[in-house]
Amino acid sequence: MTDEVLLWQALNKAMDIEMAADNSVFTMGEDVGLYGGSYRVTEGLYAKYGEWRVRDTPISEGGFTGLGVGAAMVGMRPVIEIMTINFALLALDAIINMATKIPFMSGGQFPMPLVIRVPGGVAKQLAAQHSQRLEHTLMNVPGLRIAVPSTPQDAWWQLRQAIQSNEPVIILEHELLYFSKGPLDMALEAPPMHRAAVRRAGSALTLISYSRTAILAQQAADKLAEDGIDIEVIDLRSLSPIDWQTCIDSVSKTHHLLIVEEDCGFSGAGAELAATLSERCFYELDAPVQRHTGLDLPTPYNGTLEAASIPTVSSIINAVKQII
Amino acid sequence: MERDILKAMLKDMLLARAFEERAAYEYTQGNIAGFLHLYPGEEAVAVGVLHASEPGDYVVSTYREHVHALVRGVPPGKVMAELFGRKDGCSGGMGGSMHLFDQQRRFMGGYGIVGETYPVSTGIAYAIAMRNLPEAVICFFGDGAVNQGTFHESLNMAALWNLPVLFICENNRYQIGTEIHRHSKVTEVYKRACGYKIPAEQVNGMDVMEVYKATQSALLRIREGTGPQFLEIETYRFRGHSMADPGSYRPKVEVQAFKDEDPVTVMLQDSIPEYPDAEKISAVGRDNIEHLSNHMHRENLINPEDIEQMKKQVNEIVEQAVQYAAASPEPSMDDAWSALNCNRGQEVLI
Repeated sequence: MTDEVLLWQALNKAMDIEMAADNSVFTMGEDVGLYGGSYRVTEGLYAKYGEWRVRDTPISEGGFTGLGVGAAMVGMRPVIEIMTINFALLALDAIINMATKIPFMSGGQFPMPLVIRVPGGVAKQLAAQHSQRLEHTLMNVPGLRIAVPSTPQDAWWQLRQAIQSNEPVIILEHELLYFSKGPLDMALEAPPMHRAAVRRAGSALTLISYSRTAILAQQAADKLAEDGIDIEVIDLRSLSPIDWQTCIDSVSKTHHLLIVEEDCGFSGAGAELAATLSERCFYELDAPVQRHTGLDLPTPYNGTLEAASIPTVSSIINAVKQII
Repeated sequence: MERDILKAMLKDMLLARAFEERAAYEYTQGNIAGFLHLYPGEEAVAVGVLHASEPGDYVVSTYREHVHALVRGVPPGKVMAELFGRKDGCSGGMGGSMHLFDQQRRFMGGYGIVGETYPVSTGIAYAIAMRNLPEAVICFFGDGAVNQGTFHESLNMAALWNLPVLFICENNRYQIGTEIHRHSKVTEVYKRACGYKIPAEQVNGMDVMEVYKATQSALLRIREGTGPQFLEIETYRFRGHSMADPGSYRPKVEVQAFKDEDPVTVMLQDSIPEYPDAEKISAVGRDNIEHLSNHMHRENLINPEDIEQMKKQVNEIVEQAVQYAAASPEPSMDDAWSALNCNRGQEVLI
């Protein structure tokens, strides 16, 4: 049965069903308990599961993310919420040096069923220290999965898959998507966590994006269709691993590729996509691969400048029209 | 103390010393590479603490952890093979000297980044507390590690949630080459714990019996539900920080003071301001192995022949460990991929 829900509600339902099913699942973070989570994702769970399973923490991102690592080593399934990705910089040792290295350095002796949920992206005039994206840093870490849901259905599927998985998974949640509405069918079978979705089929160009810009890309594609330009939109859903085959199949059909991301262009996720797809689709491409990205600039507080520093529907349309 | 416990501890200390000195030799022969941090001088800490613990307790250690692994029961051949980087090492050759792991024996790793043992320990302890089990986590760290943020973050959370962690500071007075008075304003490390209302005491780490007793009572308090406990164990490493470090920054007289009973000259006090006085250094005293064996002689618990016999035994164990390591094959690149993909069912996703 399909309901229309907000993205935070889909995450909340996913947390609830996993916590009910397995008492080794617990969540921890700043204000996740009594307060209900800064984006309401853990709302109601404290009352239902108690303080040991929904734990309000002190402001110690490195300490409590590392705590999640230790708990995961002995078979717990911690879901660590870091209030924003910007604060996750303080937890990078736990994520990079610990969560992804321990299973490897021990020769494969330890599971690491650790989920780290992090809101991020450019929201509304939060200034440079609260508007970052860190996909480039995280993608460069072998052994770390990165899910980037853009719809309530994906948020529901991917959080549940992450909790059930034995690998460390980072879920990058875009702050402007928590209150976006979409259908959720809880009975629908999930695709693999890293499978990319072709959101719109088309023939003139392949547009690859993820998270919030994947939504903007679909809006841009609808407008372009009114002008008779028919593009294909791929929502990656996962930045590590990347579902290359879905991308290659699409480029082989359209022969044009545009990558759109909110993150800074330099050395970012788009750079990886452009490099790999140029290597693997070189003879299929009729034009150079193009990227349309956020500016290589700390996000300005000023609203007009902020809006001008990241892709918008109209800037995406322009980028497409420059290629075809 | 019971004779059997003392004998077992003496044997482990002798094994630890022999193992580490042999590792140093194998390093010079090119059989061990990378960073090699050795434990001579500090044996009483690992031996005293771990003999007082239960097999159900978890051990989280630093990069100077060969002896912790050995005393925990990881076979010496498995430890030496890991130092050699071989397939039969306790981490399959993927970790090396600083990253020994043995899940079965609850040896939860050696960590190469200073300050990582605290969050791993609080995490395991959180799981224990959630499951209401009688186990505890033994968290080792050095004096240099207490200025990391994770120390304060983790002590606060351990105390706040009453987690069963025994914090063991192996205070050997040096963070690599920086003496404790040059890295910390408060040099009595145990005093830091009071900021988090964690009961803490200072223990003479040259006396294995004191270490054993202090650990035993701290673990008892943890199992009674008192929450985390903290021991600062004063010790000394005879060697440099690692095999790459000759340790030349330390006054020879200081090194000597910890190695034997000679009192330290007044000159030491004069030449280094704010340095612990000679009386304190000499009170920490002599080599910890000698300390225990002398005690056992005095109490008629052991005779010189027994000790000679023990030394022979441990040398034989170490020799076999080296042979085991040398005979073990190199791991393959497939083994490396397998270690990386162990938690995704070996599914290749790209």
